[in-house]
Formats: sequence, structure tokens, C-alpha cells
Amino acid sequence: MSDVLARVQAEMAAAAPDAALSHGVLVLPVAPAQLLEVVKRLKTGFGFDLFLDVTAVDWPGAPLRFEVVYHFYSTRDFVRVRVKTRVAEQDPTVDSLVPLYNSARFMERECHDMYGIVFRGNADLRPILLYEGFVGHPLRKDYPKRKEQPLVPYREGGS
Amino acid sequence: MTAPAKTIPIVRAEPSRAFEFISTKKDELIGWARKFSLFPYPFVTACCAMEFMAVSSTPYDTDRFGAALPRFSPRQSDLLMVVGTITHKQAPVLLKVYEQMCEPKWVMAFGACATSGGFYQNYAALDGIDKIIPVDVYIPGCPPRPETVIDGIMQLQERIARQQHPILTKEF
Repeated sequence: MSDVLARVQAEMAAAAPDAALSHGVLVLPVAPAQLLEVVKRLKTGFGFDLFLDVTAVDWPGAPLRFEVVYHFYSTRDFVRVRVKTRVAEQDPTVDSLVPLYNSARFMERECHDMYGIVFRGNADLRPILLYEGFVGHPLRKDYPKRKEQPLVPYREGGS
Repeated sequence: MTAPAKTIPIVRAEPSRAFEFISTKKDELIGWARKFSLFPYPFVTACCAMEFMAVSSTPYDTDRFGAALPRFSPRQSDLLMVVGTITHKQAPVLLKVYEQMCEPKWVMAFGACATSGGFYQNYAALDGIDKIIPVDVYIPGCPPRPETVIDGIMQLQERIARQQHPILTKEF
């Protein structure tokens, strides 16, 4: 483990006691309430200045169904961290990272499209890859595999 | 004795009437003209675009079939080449482009995705453009070989040559 990641792990021990290294990436599982604070510390204290991605993982049947996953990169030290947090199906809400990273704006919109995660503080969660009127969230495991929602009525018969 | 000078006889030939007139059928004549002057509108959305570029440029050269000059306005084109995957989000755009084209117009489904949705069977992709617009020729392949595309163009040309071409309105 690089020095930077070791320092991150030591200093985040209170917020992320289960932090571990996975394929060269430091994984920090945190509670949703501490997410913003941890990311702010990563950005200002450790130089993780590049927000790579936010996505989610659907664990059907788990008490906390959705795992929201963030990736950050340090262009100073060339290392990555992964921050994970779990939210329940009834209230899939996490804090938005827009106050810290402007690039979070569109990526959170995409995650909202696909998984229905609500990002508190992101003012614009309109569909970005899907279209207006699309019902449901297609990357959730309970979305039917063959369900399509065409915008144009299909023609009668073939060509 | 000197031999008499040979003279070349002057023959007054009848004027040739070979190209004074031709007889044909109106549909054959217009079909022949139209099949060699296809103006394609490339509705290019995905990786098949690479194959489209390959087939329309030098080594294969669709210009040999009169179908090389892409018009980027649907109002000036008469062959809609749908090259690539069409998503449900894009379907209204494709329909609008098709409706803006003037008659006569033909549609070519280029590649597996435009033909049937290809390997996309999910919430995003339209499985075949013939769900929303009529298609004249389907070109299989992922992506199609240039020979397949040329074969498709030739089949479309045959179809155009055999079609009826109403050029006058009923009122005329």
C-alpha cells in the first residue's frame, strides 16, 4: 500500500473502520451521514481532486438494498480510493457531491436515471440518458429484462 | 499503255436513323434514371459508420452505383441509410427525418442493429427500424462486409427498376 493510502486509512479509521485494500484501490465503506465529510477530507486533506464516477449496486433482498459507489483519483499521487455507502430501498437518499465536485452534477443524474438514487442537494435530477416519461429504473434488478417503453407507436404489420 | 486511273465511286448514303427515336416504357425509363442517381441520407448512429465510410470511399466506391453523394438534408435525398443502433430515445428523430424526405424515397437497414436490434434486447434499443418505418432492403452483418452492402445497393436498384414511377398527378 502506498504511503498516501496508508495515511488515509489511518486517519479515516473512525469513519470507515472496515477500510481495506482491493486490487490497489483503498475501499472505504462509510455511513451515508458521514459521506460528505469523508469526501471533503479526501479532497482537501489528501489531494483526491478528480471525481471519476458514481454508480450503484443493487442487492435485492438485502436490508440496505442499494450500495452507492464513488471513485476518486489523486492527480498528485496517482492513487485511487473507492467510497461505498449503503441506503435502504424505502429512502434511497444520499448527499450530493455537487458542492465539492461540479462534475458530480451529470454523473449523479445518470445514477438517478438508472438506479433511482436520490441525491440531496443536486437541484437538477432530470433524465439525462433516459427520456421524459420513462417509468422505473432500468438497471435495478427488478426491472423486467425485456420491458421496453417506445416513444413512437409501432407500425401495423411488416415492411 | 497506261492503265486507266481508278476512280472511287461516290455513294450517296441514306442518312442513318439509328438514334432518331427510341421506344421504351415510361416506368422503365424513369426507373433506369432513378436507380443510378440515389442520393443517400446517412443516418449514422453507431459502429457500422466505419463500414459505411469504407464502402463509400475508394476501394469499394459506391459512386460506381450512383449512390455516393450523401445529402445531409432529408429534403434533398431519396435513400435513407439507417446505419447503426436506433434507441427508443432516438426513434422520434428517425421518424421525423423519414417524414421530411420527399417521394420517391427508399429505406435501407444497414447492419444487424438497424435490421432487428442486433444483440440488444433491452430497455434502450429499438429492435428493428421496420417497427416504425417501412424498409426496402435489409443488409445483414455486424458490421456488414462491403460486398454485402454493394449487393444490397444492387438489389435496391433492381427493385427501383421494377417499380412503377408515377410522375404525373391524376389531375393532369
